[in-house]
Amino acid sequence: MVDFLNKWREGLARTSKAAFGRLAGMLGATEITPETWEDLEALLIQADVGLETTQAVLKALKETVKREGLTRASDLRAVLKAELRSRLTTPPPLVFSDRPTVILLVGVNGSGKTTTAAKLGQRFMKEGKTVLFGAADTFRAAAVDQLQVWGERLKAEVIAGAPESDPGAVAYNAVQAGIARGVDVILIDTAGRLHTRFNLMEELKKVYRVVQKALPSAPHAVWLVLDATTGQNALQQARAFKDAVRVNGVILTKLDSSARGGMAFAIQRELGLPILFAGLGEKPEDLTPFDPDAFINGVLE
Amino acid sequence: MFENLTHRLNQVFDQLRRRGKLSEADVDAAMREVRLALLEADVHYSVVKDFVNRVKARAVGAEVSKALNPGQQVIKIVHEELIATLGEPAPLNLSGPKPRVVMLVGLQGSGKTTQAGKLAKLLRSRGERVMLVAGDPYRPAAVQQLQQLGERVDVPVIADLKKKPPELAAYALDQAQKGGYTVMIVDTAGRSQLDEALMTELRAIEKRISPVEVLLVVDAMIGQEALHVAEGFRDNVAITGLILTKMDGDARGGAAISIRSVTGVPIKFLGTGEKLDALETYDPGRLASRILGMGDVIGLIEKAEAAFDAQTAQKQAQKLMKGEMDLQDWLEQMRQMRKMGPLTQLLEMLPGQLGQVARQVDPREVEKNFKQIEAIINSMTPEERRNPDILNASRRRRIAAGSGNDVQAVNRLMKQFRETQKLMKTLQKTGLKGLPRLFG
Repeated sequence: MVDFLNKWREGLARTSKAAFGRLAGMLGATEITPETWEDLEALLIQADVGLETTQAVLKALKETVKREGLTRASDLRAVLKAELRSRLTTPPPLVFSDRPTVILLVGVNGSGKTTTAAKLGQRFMKEGKTVLFGAADTFRAAAVDQLQVWGERLKAEVIAGAPESDPGAVAYNAVQAGIARGVDVILIDTAGRLHTRFNLMEELKKVYRVVQKALPSAPHAVWLVLDATTGQNALQQARAFKDAVRVNGVILTKLDSSARGGMAFAIQRELGLPILFAGLGEKPEDLTPFDPDAFINGVLE
Repeated sequence: MFENLTHRLNQVFDQLRRRGKLSEADVDAAMREVRLALLEADVHYSVVKDFVNRVKARAVGAEVSKALNPGQQVIKIVHEELIATLGEPAPLNLSGPKPRVVMLVGLQGSGKTTQAGKLAKLLRSRGERVMLVAGDPYRPAAVQQLQQLGERVDVPVIADLKKKPPELAAYALDQAQKGGYTVMIVDTAGRSQLDEALMTELRAIEKRISPVEVLLVVDAMIGQEALHVAEGFRDNVAITGLILTKMDGDARGGAAISIRSVTGVPIKFLGTGEKLDALETYDPGRLASRILGMGDVIGLIEKAEAAFDAQTAQKQAQKLMKGEMDLQDWLEQMRQMRKMGPLTQLLEMLPGQLGQVARQVDPREVEKNFKQIEAIINSMTPEERRNPDILNASRRRRIAAGSGNDVQAVNRLMKQFRETQKLMKTLQKTGLKGLPRLFG
């Protein structure tokens, strides 16, 4: 557990240094002034928390300050933390009651789906599960090769199709192969697509339907892989993917950069989607279960 | 749901339009909204602050011209300042001794490898002898990805996983010189700007191959982080230009303003799709309009110009002016429209709310609809096309059978045609007054 928290702190250290280091100075033992509020606004917006959420957080903080008669800027720290914490849920534990459990990974181009599929695979294998990958990104050049390299490294089977072939067929084959081999988890990587592309979203819906056809209880989970550097567009992305293929969780990647992934708050609030995992580094073990407390601590300390 | 920039600015400007004169308080109110709108468009907090102050300084005071109403003046200033911040477009610098080296840098997943393929295709079509260099040995299969792209555009790819990227780049440069190549494009590994090891590597590559262009590739969906990314890369390598990718999504692309204000280097290309020819030159007016949510009207016009056959268009225009559009003309118009490119892309260029609505349309439905119309008109005699009034019930039955439709479909089409005719007549009478204008 200590190790785990350290990883978070390390991963987010750059994040906090980049802008949140100012928080300590900002919320010193001075009085709360209009500038304090302005600084807090700047802080939250620069973390990509978004205008709407920022204003809601500030409003709630102001009410608390009034109600509890706080006067010192330093008192705001704990209140801010609590307010932000109330906007994130602890991710529900993953249940693998079905065998195989089929997980579909979706998202826009370049968000890190293939890498995340590999990292998740390694995590599940370490937990003693058997994993099979479906390389259903038949569009991007060498996307299949990328997953196959990972498959070799992890010694896990990868079901792939020919380039430009039907991703639905690959997904179907992957599920069938998974059933035949009796694996615990099937991770299906899909092609990156912008949520505004009608045809590509239709194609994704088809992949979903085909997976369902291959195994009526599947897919058991559809996870949106979201780049933490994404700005306000993240909410539109999450909404579109949720509408199309019933996304039920989010994986926040590239959180080890100075990006802060503040859109997580709005996504959780508006779409009710929990953040399940966070990518805190390049190594497979750097993909860790999302810990809201560590996230907020790392962000504010 | 976040309100988009169009909507917000329209609200602001509606308020301003209703006023006779601009007071400082009016400008302040407008600027508050402009500020919020720009923040929602992902422009960096501090950049917004500067921008708003600049516009405010220009809006309050002597510059308010008597020729325009104050609202128009403010909109004009906001638009102009946005264009000024985005800066003039610049072509790719291909000067100096051959081979000219172009290096692509950026975060993971921003689209460097894909843009490298697109650039190779573009330059090759301009008659350059292009070589690609796979400088990302870290991401599994990144090399294969570039190799496959190289194959598609028929450009050789230099790769060697045993060599460190700086050595590989130097080796490739030597090969390019010997082989008589005119342009060498180097793809590099994507990594955070805070990754010291990678930044050192980038500096080493730059030193070995002296690129004429170091292009920073940035995802148009990026948020506030854009500013730090731009600063981080600028501090390590001599960035000469930007490529904004994934512009075919619905992100406003406000990050462009942040990056421009930090680096000062020109935006050189926009990536607008996954296909290898989806690389467009940049136009500040168009991008400003997009950020302001006015849609890419100029882009739409350009596409129309490129697709339309001038003679046919002129003949049609003359007929239209006389209010004489017949079914044949109508069909021609629809055919020309289709030549302009994939319908989805056209729909996305529409401004503001119209664009939002258009995105909900299923392009396959529209396509099907068009095919039906085409079949029906093709089943008519030339006389019927010229003079639709003669279409009686018997003719309609024949046309329906001939085109594989029922009579209702023919009737629907005729109704649609009459409506279009009516619209044309109205436009003819009111002229441009009937069309919404860009500025107030």
